[in-house]
Amino acid sequence: MEIVCPAGTPAALRAAVKAGAHTVYCGFADETNARNFPGLNFDRDEMRDSIAFAHDHGAKVLIAINTYPRAGDEALWHRAVADAAKCRADAVILADIGLLAFAHQNFPELRRHLSVQAAAANADIVNFYGRTFGVKRVVLPRVLTVPEIAAINAETEVETEVFVFGGLCVMAEGRCSLSSYATGKSPNMNGVCSPASHVEYHEQDGQLDARLGGYTIHRVGKGEPAPYPTLCKGCFSAGSKTGHLFEDPVSLNAEALMPQLQKAGVTALKIEGRQRSVSYVSQVVRNFRAAVDALDAGRAMPEGMLVRLSEGQANTTGAYRKTWR
Amino acid sequence: MSQPLDDIPIFPRLPARFLRVAPLAPVALALNRFARRVARTHPSMFRRMGNYAHARFEIDPTDLPFVIVIEPRGGAPLVALSRQPKPCDARIAGPLAALLGMVHGAYDGDALFFSRDLTVEGDTSAVLALRNAIDAAELDLGAELAEALGPASGLVRRLTEFGERRTGVALSRHEEIETW
Amino acid sequence: MELTVGAVQFFWKPEFWAQFHADLADAPVDRVVLGELVCSKRLPFYQDLIPEAVATLQAAGKEVVLTSLALITLRRERKLMAELAEMGVEIEINDLTALAYLPEGTAFSVGPLVNAYNEGTLAWLAARGATRISLPPELPLGSIRVLAQAAKALGVQIEVWGHGRLPLAISGRCYHSRLYGRPKDNCQYACEEDPDGRPVETLDQQPFLAINGVQTLSDTHACTLNQIDALRDAGVAALRLSPQSQRFADLCRIYRAMLEGSVAPEAAIAQLTALTPEVRLSDGFIDGARGVAWSVESTA
Repeated sequence: MEIVCPAGTPAALRAAVKAGAHTVYCGFADETNARNFPGLNFDRDEMRDSIAFAHDHGAKVLIAINTYPRAGDEALWHRAVADAAKCRADAVILADIGLLAFAHQNFPELRRHLSVQAAAANADIVNFYGRTFGVKRVVLPRVLTVPEIAAINAETEVETEVFVFGGLCVMAEGRCSLSSYATGKSPNMNGVCSPASHVEYHEQDGQLDARLGGYTIHRVGKGEPAPYPTLCKGCFSAGSKTGHLFEDPVSLNAEALMPQLQKAGVTALKIEGRQRSVSYVSQVVRNFRAAVDALDAGRAMPEGMLVRLSEGQANTTGAYRKTWR
Repeated sequence: MSQPLDDIPIFPRLPARFLRVAPLAPVALALNRFARRVARTHPSMFRRMGNYAHARFEIDPTDLPFVIVIEPRGGAPLVALSRQPKPCDARIAGPLAALLGMVHGAYDGDALFFSRDLTVEGDTSAVLALRNAIDAAELDLGAELAEALGPASGLVRRLTEFGERRTGVALSRHEEIETW
Repeated sequence: MELTVGAVQFFWKPEFWAQFHADLADAPVDRVVLGELVCSKRLPFYQDLIPEAVATLQAAGKEVVLTSLALITLRRERKLMAELAEMGVEIEINDLTALAYLPEGTAFSVGPLVNAYNEGTLAWLAARGATRISLPPELPLGSIRVLAQAAKALGVQIEVWGHGRLPLAISGRCYHSRLYGRPKDNCQYACEEDPDGRPVETLDQQPFLAINGVQTLSDTHACTLNQIDALRDAGVAALRLSPQSQRFADLCRIYRAMLEGSVAPEAAIAQLTALTPEVRLSDGFIDGARGVAWSVESTA
């Protein structure tokens, strides 16, 4: 199986390639991608040079243009697709049907992947994207079980890619406006979720409070692991029950499920974390490259060791196991 | 309970105590010259920070008795040392070894935050911009220092290596080469 | 402008559901969207009541539309959607999957849970047969204006989220089940206890969200009474009112009076507040920097 690795900066891209990434995904430094964070991403020159570097070392580069173009400003997104072609990207990762139609019509030679932000969750819609827009690969949303993924693959020729490690969306991706409700900024429109610009931390006597847009999302005691202040992993109360009503502050690690995912017909495994450091990228990519190599060679999978890099320092296999629901 | 990252070395108490009374001005002077040099060799770092290249950051090595105030000023950085906290847009606090380790890619900043080894206050966006820009720049302060000192560079390199071995603090950048 | 009643988002008892739709026959609304949007497990409890509700509403002169599910994953759900397409009633798609079952050239509507954010998507949907698009609630007035203008040239009607708790997210996981520590397959229909969703507060007791099975809604009820002129100027053809269990017909009358110009916004908002005093209002995403913002000074 192919591993598809994150890069928020040219340095991270080089680190990923050096650590054994078959493929790296990244984005331009603007609203066209879903990790539009301060200090992150690639300008056009960096993108061209980084892709050349990856190609020289036998790795592929995918460019995520996976936010939903703003009405009246579609040109920015169209330009991103055109520049991806010019930079010799191996594929673009798109979510919006208008943008897919644009790319299909104007850059038919540029390979198209469907972003997880389109949350294509069944074989009919996967085939629809394949048929209508010539989509070659679909990144499946994190709401499916392994048997459901196998069922999709049994009914489609389109390749599938699934997340194996990193931040976990609890909601169907691209269909969530929790963030804009509280902050005015959303993944779909601005490429950010629970943005840093609206986060406030308060630490007193070891107790750390995280607020987002004025709402208290977490309160952790001294010595407890701190999560990101992401809305869907916040601590809330409903009636008499207080806790992580949507999801615990955990991070996805489906390493142990890799053999099953391979049997389910998955083409590529995706690692989340374009916002993470070079150090994270190196460690995680090296770990997963060793794991897929072991799997392909029929060897035992290496012991996982990534829990300390994980949010809340806790892992879940997420929706891949049915009990998650 | 949170799991600390590989035991982060803490600056020894005795020299830290000495730093409580030592004059900071000469250190600040040297740091400023060094910062300007790094700015010359890594101009893209400031571009990457966008508007946050004009923010003011308080870096608080919690095992040292002073804070470092850094103003990137779009590429003409100013560094000041202070025994009192100063009004800043953002504050990053943690053991010196964690801060240096983050700069040198030995630690992941988010992981340090999850484990509570790193504390962030104020404008979180500014902190992210700084963190990402530094990460992208692949700084190697040990190597920069060695080069800055010209003829003494060999000595500095050996001292850096010795220091790293003795303290476990990442004073320079180590590329993983075995898979390369 | 027209008034559309959106699909009921909550799990109501069958008799309550039937009475609600029977009452809508007399409500001053133009269009009613029926059916199950949120969870396919709820449908068996009331699906036999749907044909009669459709007939009653059509006889009362309403346009009637059937909604698709918001998130289609299971084989059973795909089959259900294929059957829906054959019922001979206009379909509102709330998951693009439903398109796979609509023959090319069939006219259809697009619901608020489909990501129609820009002109390119609008044009593509129109070419595929969309005649009305209810925009995602997340869109600000600027986008609504651009899309309404583009829609005019394509002969598509633009509708916006007019009133009600905002549908903020849909998931594979059921939060009502999770609340009770039950697996989703054995949810025991916990969501039935909350006819308007289960309120969710922050650790500081600040009202924030509402849980509705696999759906997450806003605590505030989005209200466009203060935005009607701006929306009309923008070229919006219809407002969508989202069903709530209390005083919904009265709410429809307030909006109708507002559209007819027989009441001023302040008075209409005061009437609405008197109707359901416990409800907190917001402008949704139309105005203000964030969805929860409310442009009207507190009347309390």
